[in-house]
Amino acid sequence: MTVGEKVGAPAGGTPAPGASGRRWLRWPEEAGEAVKRNLGLVGVLVAIILVGVATKPELFLDGGWLWNNELLILTQAAAIGVIAVGMTFVMISGGIDLSVGALVALSSVWCTTVATQEFGVGGMVFAALVVGTLAGAVNGLLIGYGRIVPFIATLAMLVAARGLAQRISGKLTQRVSTENRLIPDLSSTKWLGIPALVVILLVVAAAGWVLLNRTTFGRRTFAIGGNAEAARLAGINIRRHTVLVYALSGLCCGIGALIVVSLSSAGAADHGELYELDAIAAAIIGGTALAGGRGSIVGAILGVLIFKGITNLFIVNNLEQEYQLIVKGAIIIGAVLVQGFNLSSLRRRRSAAG
Amino acid sequence: MTTHLPDLSRRRLLLGGTALGAGVLLAGCTSNESGDGGNGNSGQTNQQAGSNAEPGEAITIGFSAPAADHGWIAAITKNAEAQAKKFSDVTFNAVAAGKDVTEQRPAVEGLISQKPDVLVLLPHDGAQMTATGKVAMDAGIPVVNLDREFSDPLAYRTLIKGDNYGMGVAAGHYVGKKLKEQNKSNPVIVEVAGMDELPLTQDRSKGFRDALATYGLTVTRRQAARFTVASGQEVTSNLLSATPTIDALWNHDDDQGVGVLQAMQQAGRKEFFMVGGAGSLDAMERIKAGDTPLECTVTYSPTMASSAISLARLIAQDRKMDDLTELQVPKLIILQSETITKDNVDQYMPLGFRS
Repeated sequence: MTVGEKVGAPAGGTPAPGASGRRWLRWPEEAGEAVKRNLGLVGVLVAIILVGVATKPELFLDGGWLWNNELLILTQAAAIGVIAVGMTFVMISGGIDLSVGALVALSSVWCTTVATQEFGVGGMVFAALVVGTLAGAVNGLLIGYGRIVPFIATLAMLVAARGLAQRISGKLTQRVSTENRLIPDLSSTKWLGIPALVVILLVVAAAGWVLLNRTTFGRRTFAIGGNAEAARLAGINIRRHTVLVYALSGLCCGIGALIVVSLSSAGAADHGELYELDAIAAAIIGGTALAGGRGSIVGAILGVLIFKGITNLFIVNNLEQEYQLIVKGAIIIGAVLVQGFNLSSLRRRRSAAG
Repeated sequence: MTTHLPDLSRRRLLLGGTALGAGVLLAGCTSNESGDGGNGNSGQTNQQAGSNAEPGEAITIGFSAPAADHGWIAAITKNAEAQAKKFSDVTFNAVAAGKDVTEQRPAVEGLISQKPDVLVLLPHDGAQMTATGKVAMDAGIPVVNLDREFSDPLAYRTLIKGDNYGMGVAAGHYVGKKLKEQNKSNPVIVEVAGMDELPLTQDRSKGFRDALATYGLTVTRRQAARFTVASGQEVTSNLLSATPTIDALWNHDDDQGVGVLQAMQQAGRKEFFMVGGAGSLDAMERIKAGDTPLECTVTYSPTMASSAISLARLIAQDRKMDDLTELQVPKLIILQSETITKDNVDQYMPLGFRS
């Protein structure tokens, strides 16, 4: 029962020949499993397209239309996708952030006030990012140093931020002025044939992936989520890290707010309605455990695409909204069941090896 | 353990207080005043010469409307306040009605105990607030029911509401007439509805369907948004992708219409004409400018709050409406849904509301 032997028997298809001493293979053990899960999610996306082909062949078999439609889905998924990246970090660290929708509203309102718009596009971008990050940092302070349970702290922020957004905007929709047309125009711009907002989503997702999987910050996040006490004993400053993780989530909300403002050319206190549920559901489908310690950026993005793909499929088929919601719920349950199935088989194999 | 507790709670207090204070300070430092002096100019009714305009005995009008995050509701309260100010004999007493019936009921009951001369009430839900309306009526306070009607006519003295069904009919007639003029065979008609769980959305859709049927037309595609800008944008961009050519589009609400127009601009689609709903200032400006497919909107105006205040004043002072023969204010007034196009948009501009 050597260390090498234990490590050499992970679940999934990781070929671990010289596993002893190869640190990047030892961490995390479920690397192979994550890849399989993500492939499964890609399979679901393909299945959605196939259902579309079956129901509306005149549209889905037209290559040009299909390409534009998929780009549309990606554009609509950009805001929630960015938020889901931040949410994945938070959930991996063992917490949860219920306030993301309200932070999007607050950031969007703050960056479109008359005072902020006078500072031009740069001022608006700055305002949105700073407001999101600061609000996220407040979450982190309350949770890390204030020792308040994440659910409660972010719930309070959800209510407070929404109320503050309503106060600042007077419950009116704040249009982006024509001088700052650059931001709404971004939703119609394409860079190298890809919509600008989709490029932003991909850049944020890539940056998030690198941060999570290739830096010490990401490793610490996994450690805290996996076993907070062990991480603390290993010398990780949990409280400071918590603040950083929630601030990161807030920053993602700020970016998401800019995307929403770009798409709707307005900031409003009712932006981001129920975004937190979508982001959490996408993260869970992507393989992030609610308890922490496991997660995948790629999976979260794929989860968002699945939801938006379903919405698109239903609208193209002229189905009422109620069915979309029911199917969404079924997908979430299905994803968790499948995850649970994999996890239990993993436990069985571990006990067999040890 | 107990020795740690005071430390922690002090720290928590400090942190929480700092967070709160910082938030309040920052919120106070951001300004949102636009140059044109705010939105106070919307929706006052015209005071003609006539005995109704002359001041009568001093009265107090109690007022309660929901505190929703929708511009239309905000305009209701604003219009009511502005109209009450125009009368020298009226004291306006408004209570915050919160976000649902459980908050509105105690607020209104508190208002009733202050014994105003008349009560103007826009309930969160007409059926659920009927009992409260009855309490007021039984206490001798006449109730002017605004927009969402109580389920029992004994619960109000006068009901003034818009015509959701009529909105749909007006939109349907405009669309039908124009398509007949264009002589299109099998035109594609798309409907972007509001929140489907509200009966008013169902009424509007039914009116639209019935009016179109008189021209032999049907709605090709219908999807529900959530009265918000973001949902309007999302639903419409998916709809535009699903329907490669469209001939006419009716959007129930001009606030979500901001998002609808954005989606149309992003997709670069303008081969159809668009009809809006509710009559917001933004929509009227678009119609006047003529730079988007939006060329018409059918009203459901929050000016009904101003009218409600005027009626409440007459009821409290026991006066008749000027141009009517009868000596008392009518029991039921259903406002017409008016069609605004480029030809008459200037008349309606003063009545538009910022959404």
